Amino acid sequence: MINTSEILQTVHMITEEKLDIRTITMGISLYSCITDDAKQLYQRIYDRITHQAEHLVSVGEALECEFGIPIVNKRISVSPASLISAACGDPIIVARAMDDAAKATGVNFIGGYTALVQKGLTESDRRLIASLPEALSTTERVCASVNVASTRAGIDMDAVRLCGEAIKEIAERTKDTDASGCMKLVVFSNAVEDNPFMAGAFHGPGEGECCINVGISGPGVVKRALEKEAKDAPFDVVAETIKRTAFKITRVGQLIAREASTRLGVPFGIVDLSLAPTPAMGDSVAHILEEMGLEVCGCAGTTAALALLNDAVKKGGVMASSQVGGLSGAFIPVSEDIGMINAARSGALCIEKLEAMTCVCSVGLDMIAVPGDTSAATISAIIADEAAIGMVNSKTTAVRLIPAPGKKVGDEVEFGGLFGRAPIMRVSPYSSERFIARGGRIPAPLQSLKN
Amino acid sequence: MEKKNQAVVTVVGNDTIGIIAKVSAVLAAHDANILDISQTVLSGMFNMIMIVDISLSEFASLSAALTKLGAEIGLEIRIQRSEIFDAMHRI
Repeated sequence: MINTSEILQTVHMITEEKLDIRTITMGISLYSCITDDAKQLYQRIYDRITHQAEHLVSVGEALECEFGIPIVNKRISVSPASLISAACGDPIIVARAMDDAAKATGVNFIGGYTALVQKGLTESDRRLIASLPEALSTTERVCASVNVASTRAGIDMDAVRLCGEAIKEIAERTKDTDASGCMKLVVFSNAVEDNPFMAGAFHGPGEGECCINVGISGPGVVKRALEKEAKDAPFDVVAETIKRTAFKITRVGQLIAREASTRLGVPFGIVDLSLAPTPAMGDSVAHILEEMGLEVCGCAGTTAALALLNDAVKKGGVMASSQVGGLSGAFIPVSEDIGMINAARSGALCIEKLEAMTCVCSVGLDMIAVPGDTSAATISAIIADEAAIGMVNSKTTAVRLIPAPGKKVGDEVEFGGLFGRAPIMRVSPYSSERFIARGGRIPAPLQSLKN
Repeated sequence: MEKKNQAVVTVVGNDTIGIIAKVSAVLAAHDANILDISQTVLSGMFNMIMIVDISLSEFASLSAALTKLGAEIGLEIRIQRSEIFDAMHRI
């Protein structure tokens, strides 16, 4: 029998410390929809998604009600659109079908407008990347991603250049909303096939017909546990406390994932052990780092603190779930974390420090607003730096930059809701133009030769 | 594993007369059977935990009725399936 203090602890985690399930994401394969007829392609995709995900939102809401835990997002990821649209030749059709199906099913985002180009670009991949500005400025809920590098394949520098140009163009087309289109595009190195988190979610080519992936959250719970149980204690105690907390959070994720999978009649995919912050007070990854004794996130010691946090979350969580996958680690999206926002605003946190932090945690330079006059080459070069970190360290890294037109260092952009707001961060004023103009491939590192 | 069909009701707020009576009435009206109650009042704060059998209840309407009651008498009343507590605290 569960005792009173355990019950109250759980209730307290949910009500006071903002424990929630960040997302239930249904991955849907669209391979069966492929045809060269544009009209038919649209219809098949729309029907496939709306049929498969018909009950996703209602089941999610029922689970929230019955288990008393918020499930913030219900989302869908689909097979990479560059593969699905290759026969038809027009990727925009896929974007339209995805957007309309997302609206019909009531999910707030649908991911998978994706090209996997780490080793080279097919004609279809080129068309998809070229269509990103149109797709992201004329649809509402479609999220896109491009995988430009991997440990096995190296970095496709042609794709890196194209992505930098696409990001600038998206920013221009959505300048009325401070380049909000850029929030829906993630450029990856070592992208994972079962990531439930947007904007980078897609249903990988190695996945089955359909599955349920769940992303957990709970930075507030971790911070509170450190305050209560590890105040000024040595790091061994800090790590143990985080592990215990991560275990509890993940068990809830596992429970919800199993229930959702049973009720929807769809196989359970993975639980993603991530600490995903929101701009709400008490839901910040930066504040966990500060609780460890840093005056402000970004000061010396931040990378070490984040490394400990990231590792302890995984160690605690991995025992709590039968299938762990996705990105699994701490996220550091600047605009979505009140602690990061404040640190960036005060100048304590800069892009270079964030880049160092991405070496030891999940994902990468995420939700960072940069000056509107940042050149496409500089953006591409930042992507290349981040991709190199992912490639060499055999981990996922990503870039989601927002070059807000007309904005300069000192300004802020406001995205609203879970996306928060971002102070414009300084980027290096020196040119990477000649570096990016080279094109070609950066060869895979020696660590790719594992066989 | 057999489904337990148990839920945990937690009630937190300022102590007034008749809280248990009112909560129990809602539970009875929705065919939920009380299995266990523990209750404390600490410096005027009322804290109650009930374990209830909800095999015969319609969860959504029971939950809505408890939330409504909570709003009426100024208390926070939550009902959650017991599995979430088992998952978090038991291996």
